Amino acid sequence: MALDIAVLVSVGRHPASARNRRAVLDARALELALNVPGANIHLIHAGDADEPALREYLGMGVERLSVLGVPAHADVLPVLVAHLKALRPALVLCGAAAEQGAGSGELPYRLAAALGMPIVPAVAGFELHGGRAQLAQALPRGRRRGVEAALPVLLSVDRAAPEPRQSAYARAQRGQIERIAVPAAPLWQPPGEEQPARKRPKRLKLISGSGAERMRAAQGAAASAGKGQLLVQPEPAAAAQAIYDYLLSEGILRG
Amino acid sequence: MNALIPGLLVLASLLALAALAVARAARWRAGRAAAVDAVAGLLAMPGRYLHDVHDAVLRDPVGRAKAGDTGRAAARMHMLTAGGFIAATALILAVHLFALGGVVLAWLLLAFLALMSAGLLRLYARRKPEVSPRLSRGGFDRLPYAFTAFIVFFAIATLPAAGLIAPFSWASLGGLALLALGAWACIELYVGMGYGPLKHALNGVLHLAFHPRPARFGATTPDSALQPLPATAERLGVEQPRDFAWNRLLAFDACVQCGRCEAACPAFAAGLPLNPKKLIQDLVAASGTHGSDLGYSGSPYPQRPVGSAHGAIDKPIIGSGAMIHPDTLWACTTCRACVYECPMMIEHVDAVVDLRRFQTLELGATPNKAPAVLEELKATDTVCGRPTSARLDWAADLRLPLLAEVEHTEALLWIGEGGFDMRNQRTLRALVKLLREAGIEPAVLGAEELDCGDVARRLGDEKTFEALARRNIATLNGYAGRFARIVTADPHVLQVLGREYPALGGYYSVVHHSTLLAELIEAGRLKPAADDSGRRVTFHDPCYLGRYNGEVSAPRRVLKGIGIKVVEMNRSGMRSSCCGWGGGSTFTDVPGKRRIPDVRMDHVRETGAELVAVACPNCAVMLEGVVQPRADVADLAELLLAAVEAGK
Ligand code: SF4
Ligand code: SF4
Repeated sequence: MALDIAVLVSVGRHPASARNRRAVLDARALELALNVPGANIHLIHAGDADEPALREYLGMGVERLSVLGVPAHADVLPVLVAHLKALRPALVLCGAAAEQGAGSGELPYRLAAALGMPIVPAVAGFELHGGRAQLAQALPRGRRRGVEAALPVLLSVDRAAPEPRQSAYARAQRGQIERIAVPAAPLWQPPGEEQPARKRPKRLKLISGSGAERMRAAQGAAASAGKGQLLVQPEPAAAAQAIYDYLLSEGILRG
Repeated sequence: MNALIPGLLVLASLLALAALAVARAARWRAGRAAAVDAVAGLLAMPGRYLHDVHDAVLRDPVGRAKAGDTGRAAARMHMLTAGGFIAATALILAVHLFALGGVVLAWLLLAFLALMSAGLLRLYARRKPEVSPRLSRGGFDRLPYAFTAFIVFFAIATLPAAGLIAPFSWASLGGLALLALGAWACIELYVGMGYGPLKHALNGVLHLAFHPRPARFGATTPDSALQPLPATAERLGVEQPRDFAWNRLLAFDACVQCGRCEAACPAFAAGLPLNPKKLIQDLVAASGTHGSDLGYSGSPYPQRPVGSAHGAIDKPIIGSGAMIHPDTLWACTTCRACVYECPMMIEHVDAVVDLRRFQTLELGATPNKAPAVLEELKATDTVCGRPTSARLDWAADLRLPLLAEVEHTEALLWIGEGGFDMRNQRTLRALVKLLREAGIEPAVLGAEELDCGDVARRLGDEKTFEALARRNIATLNGYAGRFARIVTADPHVLQVLGREYPALGGYYSVVHHSTLLAELIEAGRLKPAADDSGRRVTFHDPCYLGRYNGEVSAPRRVLKGIGIKVVEMNRSGMRSSCCGWGGGSTFTDVPGKRRIPDVRMDHVRETGAELVAVACPNCAVMLEGVVQPRADVADLAELLLAAVEAGK
């Protein structure tokens, strides 16, 4: 039996142009789903079915996008809960946070709570083995942690997940958008006024010294001054052992 | 009967050829329809042959690997061999089949056979003892023998008619052996015109008549604008050979495998897996029912084996197990060197772009960083993904007026992507200062200037190109009458705005800064001091300025105006060699044995130049990216500004 995966996608916004586009994290969630062999992908959006940017998800190779027709600024949580309860997918995938609107990153948690599903945040990749998901969770500075979860589970996807595939124009145009009427949803009131974020200039710390020193300072000395081990011209076997031990200690290899 | 045999041999061969030609035409007709003015084409064909083809043949092939492998030698060989062959064929039919003309025609026939022998000597010189690596072997290697057999057989057969020996019977051991030789020659030469090396003769003539770009013939500047997507096609771009227009399939079939394109191709030279000759041959092979490259006998795609590619008229062309590997497709810089060199007037770049359109628009299979670039273009209208309002950040102190704020400007300065790049901001600053020095106050579009669409179009994303172009055209047309011309330091902008926007309704006078600067020097509006440093300077012609726009004189006139005598590279002017940037290839980034700009810098080194002048922001970046030691790189505008300031 094919595995049902629901992928929840939103309309993203490019930081430089403020133009609508596929959202970076949601596209990664769809990419993860597309890589599950034989999966039955349900692509779901709650919002305006006429938003052209939604077609970019179809361009990644999904035939249909179901749009739950809620107006702008509506609270999408209740309609998503109702839809997913009926669908009963084994996996729910979504980006960790939206790029516009509240964008608080709360939705995955509230959704999981309402569906009575466990949630694993910051997912960078996963594999499915007999009703369980083996997950790679992204930690700061490129580190990963292995996590296992029983299905059904909701995964919120991190930026560390693989880049989404290219969206092809022709597939985007040919894909279907299914409009699903839903009961009126309560409106969501933004707490305060919206205005574009402004990048605060960073205070520059003047570092003098050699190029290498300045480079190290710029990269954040703390990051590199770790528990590394410096081997100078080691025996090949010793070098291999050191790498092997390191991979073991990081849990990348299992002994 | 006995006397008729040589004539019948030719007649039968010609009939077999006609049957093969009909079968061959069915292959081409599997392609898409094309609007062809057949009558005008047929009428223009002889002129195209005598002028355009002859000119191309006459040019010496790039990087001649063998003494005497000159364009002149190739032209002579063809005139003598082919001219003699056609005349001899007519005379054979007259003398041997219809017994016309008596001794006079027989002697004439012998004379033409002698003419052919003169051409044949050149054919031997070309292929013996060794062959230039750009040439194909296989059936081509048999041609000298086939022509020899032809001449020997028909010379002997004509001796009685010429009154030199008594008539003889073929029914002897010697006669039969001679007859076998003659039959083999007729099959190789006449019937072979339908399938073998000589098919370029027949297909070439048809291709010249039904050429997909008739405007290229006799044009004063190159017919280089890419053509829009056909509006009605069920597939966007080309997936299978039959998605090409029929006259493009015919065009590929005219390829004579001379390898002149291969010798000129910068990707081939750098060991990227591309060889334009094999690309065309693969397209020919794929246009049948079962095609493979097993019969191909020329240079391979570097780093790739020959013999494992398979395709058919209704099978995808591109794929790792198909006829052409995607790396080959994306290695092309669209530099047009192959198009310029090809004596058969084949349009390789059109084929590459058509194939890319399918990969990008239908499959979403543009490789490496290119999809990210296309996505940024869609979202921000710039290649680098920064807002268009940041394009002029470097010019804050120059206070360039916006076109929206001025009534009229002589020069609308199109900044281009170079505005985001620190290296090229230097060039742009120099250009602005020069214009002001000459009394021209340029205006800019500011945030209204979107990317011109060059990168998107060459990566096959015709839809993004069209969207950008239409919006730029709407902006520019909104300012109609407020600017005299558009000035740009980027030849890609020159090409796209000047030559490719007209198809979408944008007609502007666009000049490259080299053209304008040369004018200003010649009009005395700029007064540079003569360069007295005595340094050796060479000039790298940008593909999109030279081969795309035909402008090779203006940059040299600018350098002359500074008193610099250009030490030319072997590959210069219309035959310049690409820096490796074009066609989005810095984003698709197909690995080779070397980098294309390293190869180009070798050409610079051969001249001993300390400085290479450039006229394109992308060439500047590519050539400056070559590791030291190497020549310095400077744009014409930078050099001229220094000279003008020295002159004060
Ligand atoms: S494509 Fe043109 S230049 Fe290249 S081998 Fe064929 S005929 Fe020669
Ligand atoms: S356009 Fe340039 S890079 Fe492309 S095949 Fe032709 S010569 Fe090679």
